[in-house]
Amino acid sequence: MSVKEQASTVAEKEDSMWKQKEMINENYELLSTANERGQKVASTFVPGNINELLMCFDFARNFPETNALQNAMRKKSGGMIMEAEKIGHSEDVCTYVKADLGMMMKGNKGPTGLPMPDPDLLMLSYTGCFTFMKWFELVREQYPKCETAMLHVPYQADGNITKNMRDYVVKQLKEDIIPTMERVSGVKFDIDRLREYMIQSQKAEDDLVYVLQSAKNKPSPIDAYFGGVYYIGPIFTAFRGTTAATDYYATLRKEIEARVAAGLGPITPEGVMKEEKYRIVVEGPPNWTHFREFWKMFYDEGAVVVASTYTKVGGVYDNGFRHDPQNPLESLADYCLGCYTNLNLPARTDMLEKYVEDYQADGLLINSIKSCNSFSAGQLLMLREIEQRTGKPAAFIETDLVDPRYFSPANVKNRLESYFQMISQKRDRAA
Amino acid sequence: MSVQKIVDRCQALYDDLDFTVVKEWKAKEEGRKAIGYMPVYVPREIIHAAGMLPVGVIGGGDQLEVIHGDAYYQSYICRIPRSTIELGVTGRLDCVDGMLFPSICDVIRNLSGMWKLLFKDKYVRYFDAPQTYDDKIGGKFYVQELRELIEGLEELGGKKITEEAIHNSIAVYNENRAVIEDLYAYRSKCPWKALTSEIYLLLFAGMVLPVEEHTQLLRDYLEAVDKEDRPMRDNCRVVLNGTFCERPPLGLIKSIEMAGCYIVDDDFMLVTRWLLEDVPTTGDPVQNLADAFLHHSAETAAKYVDSYEAKGQFIVESVKKYAAEGVVFAAPSFCDPALLDQPMLHTALNDNNIPFTAFQYAENSGQMQPIREQAGTFADSIKLWSA
Repeated sequence: MSVKEQASTVAEKEDSMWKQKEMINENYELLSTANERGQKVASTFVPGNINELLMCFDFARNFPETNALQNAMRKKSGGMIMEAEKIGHSEDVCTYVKADLGMMMKGNKGPTGLPMPDPDLLMLSYTGCFTFMKWFELVREQYPKCETAMLHVPYQADGNITKNMRDYVVKQLKEDIIPTMERVSGVKFDIDRLREYMIQSQKAEDDLVYVLQSAKNKPSPIDAYFGGVYYIGPIFTAFRGTTAATDYYATLRKEIEARVAAGLGPITPEGVMKEEKYRIVVEGPPNWTHFREFWKMFYDEGAVVVASTYTKVGGVYDNGFRHDPQNPLESLADYCLGCYTNLNLPARTDMLEKYVEDYQADGLLINSIKSCNSFSAGQLLMLREIEQRTGKPAAFIETDLVDPRYFSPANVKNRLESYFQMISQKRDRAA
Repeated sequence: MSVQKIVDRCQALYDDLDFTVVKEWKAKEEGRKAIGYMPVYVPREIIHAAGMLPVGVIGGGDQLEVIHGDAYYQSYICRIPRSTIELGVTGRLDCVDGMLFPSICDVIRNLSGMWKLLFKDKYVRYFDAPQTYDDKIGGKFYVQELRELIEGLEELGGKKITEEAIHNSIAVYNENRAVIEDLYAYRSKCPWKALTSEIYLLLFAGMVLPVEEHTQLLRDYLEAVDKEDRPMRDNCRVVLNGTFCERPPLGLIKSIEMAGCYIVDDDFMLVTRWLLEDVPTTGDPVQNLADAFLHHSAETAAKYVDSYEAKGQFIVESVKKYAAEGVVFAAPSFCDPALLDQPMLHTALNDNNIPFTAFQYAENSGQMQPIREQAGTFADSIKLWSA
């Protein structure tokens, strides 16, 4: 029986949603049996992931961040974090890390309840987040025999990719990463196989960009943050380069095209949103522990997120970048270098300014995440810059990724309501 | 010069939040330029070779009232960027013509972009360093990074930086590191004479003084302190770890000492001890600096350790080298590198039966009593229970 058939009492879901749910569940099932089936497993991170390359070596792909957020959505992360804190991990540091370590300490059962496999390769793609480096050093303590491969991706400090940066990443891929993957997997590298996967990636990327940019319509047919995190799910994780992902994005695109044609707003957990009152750009990751509650605070007020930066954390495609089968390794390098948190503050600010303008937004909201210095440090300056440049109001709230202790619903709701009122007043004055 | 006089001078430099000594150095000759840099490491040799003054910017410490800086940061971000912003927006850093932000953590990395937005007329460079140490891969990348730094400083200074100038600067910094090594060796031998609260100030002086002057100051101190008659106490010997970026208040170091601990190794201002061997003064100087970084540099939380077996061994070795009896971890609150690293260092110490204690601080921490009590209890436990 399919997932769709099993469910009967859930909110309205379109085909793409069911499809994605099945893909995720299947991947967890695959991971849970990988060790006994003899399939090699690679753990790796979302930003700068080299999924197509891992597929060339038949690795099953495990993403610790998505495990943490899936656990948070199932209200499991709080206990895991406290478990890690009990053995000396500071309250001050990234809760993704602690949720991951806590999950291992509590028996290493994944979000769906299935056992997580022992990894054969820790593929440390160090892109846009310093904490990743420490994270895999910590995970390595749990699997001392597991090989760790480091792909160091330099930071785009001056807002552009230099030849030196690209050459450095490509050289690591050729001389270190690929030989390590060959050794661990026992599979010989075939560049044509990589090209084939990239052809699939390109198609999916085209469709994803269409979907995200559909929010330029009024009303927006999507919520580019709360809905957006579902849309990026397959392409940011184990599925980019697969035909399943290509099919998913083709299906999704058709659904969105139909919504645009019908002049419909986004689908929320409580059905189609009726009236679009506020168009907001959001910077920063969402809170996962109270995801539905957080989203409700928006749609209850008629607020739609029309663009978000979080949906660029695993790849910025709306600037034209696509994986290139003609130059596979170079384009993997450019992909890694171009992920959102690997961009410098001026580039991130420019992107937000452009979003506010291009998507005809009423303002900018920053959801500042306690756990994530990569995103958060500097956001208050970005906020001021955007207000100055666009003349649109901006607001700031603070939550956390997966630590339920740092989501204060009353405070967040209060701030959001005040912000929406401010937009209304500003609009009234202008009218 | 007496020890007191030297320490007083260093204390004055430490307390001076207006970088007067930098301004005075610049005023001596028209066109002189100063380049600020943040922890942990930049190749100061290149700045020196450009005829510029490298200036370590280690936040504002506990004497700076942060008014503007707090408006730029959430409560869960460490202190050093907010006090650095405070120094910048209040004009105290106007005397530096450029700023270098090394790749130590996401906060300092993002601060480089903030600096670009806030101080558009300044030279700003995020100084990226490889986390892979193969000469042909990380080494090649790093050499090019160094060359781009050279080009940037040449443009700023309006003159070429010659190989000969870099060789000379390498020699000058080799000398400085050698004296610092002597200082650490001396402290290990006579920790009751060379107090860490003084060594901390001496190292801080090296953040703002020209290197040649700093080297001489260190020599003067070593000569003077050896003549001092200071009481030897029944303290335990500890390694202090975690202080490599945000500066600990001087009161914290004094508190640890007063609680019965002789600090015999530390990670203050690591830029002064980052390179562990002399850099050759012949051949390609840029390649030499790269080789030194890749193969002969210190370990800290900001650096990737590529094997499980090697993780944390540096601190075990430090304990052995300096005959320490335990480790005191003092990490700044909200410091991702230090705090994420610590559990792994704990493992390495546990595996070697080395006792440790841990607490957090901020550059503006004022209440030292809890720290004194914790450090005192730790010292007592070592004295009473260690074999």
